[in-house]
Amino acid sequence: MAEQPAPQRISPADPTDPTNSGDPTVAATDPDVDLHLPAQRAELRAHPALLLGVIAAGGALGACARYGAALAWPTHPGAFGWTTVAVNTVGCAAIGVLMALVRAGRLAHPLARPFLGTGILGGFSTFSTYAVGVDGHLDDGRPLTALAALALTPVAALAAVWAATAATRGLLWRCGERRRGERRR
Amino acid sequence: MSWLLVILGAAVGAPLRYLTDRAVQARHDSPLPWGTITVNTAASAVLGLITGAVGAGAASTRVALLVGTGLCGALSTYSTLSYETLCLVEDGHRRLAALTAASLLAGVGAAAVGVALARALWG
Repeated sequence: MAEQPAPQRISPADPTDPTNSGDPTVAATDPDVDLHLPAQRAELRAHPALLLGVIAAGGALGACARYGAALAWPTHPGAFGWTTVAVNTVGCAAIGVLMALVRAGRLAHPLARPFLGTGILGGFSTFSTYAVGVDGHLDDGRPLTALAALALTPVAALAAVWAATAATRGLLWRCGERRRGERRR
Repeated sequence: MSWLLVILGAAVGAPLRYLTDRAVQARHDSPLPWGTITVNTAASAVLGLITGAVGAGAASTRVALLVGTGLCGALSTYSTLSYETLCLVEDGHRRLAALTAASLLAGVGAAAVGVALARALWG
């Protein structure tokens, strides 16, 4: 049997796009880009300006939301960066919802993941502020605060992404069950 | 003006993360999220440098907004990192998930190097 050629063009309704299949064995594990998926491998060559433009626009929106949060709830020098913890926790919960929808084929548009996941959520959440914040506490001679800052964000982030993924999967499963039930009637 | 600086920085940072992740994955196929670890560590070093430079009076708050809040903030990501860690745990790669958690220390180390470099240059 001849090998299936990799899809050269991705369209919203393309059934060969593995991100739409809902098959967990071919689901993306990297929300930014996963080169194991032929559709994502081909997306940059297919429409580079549109793709990078969408990511840039999403990134700018996400960064503005983060900057707005920092202005609304400012962190004073030497204080614990609660705003960044909250921003990252919200961003991680949102990526859990997003990727569960993408995996289930509910967000099939090829620009949905680049705009929402790579752009908005990537631009909203931040690692560098977290790392510099931990280092700042160490620098100020507060090793216990630094340790707490180091541990709190990853614990909150993992709990958020896990809970959001599980809740979304559960909701999608219940919706599917209801639809199957209606079809049986 | 400050919003515009954040927008400009982020509009460069987010596509740069996407392109870096692609480049790293194309050269190094591994279940460990090297692409995300790379951008996060690099952004932490640059933000450390900017923070140190602002502290020493060598950089303005405008530079901090453009390069720090905008570029480094959008170049680095916590959402992607946490989702990738969750996938590693779900796929049974517990040791790799722990290794990804260890990359947090690499980020903090990179930030410290950036701050120290800024102090050596402008302190």
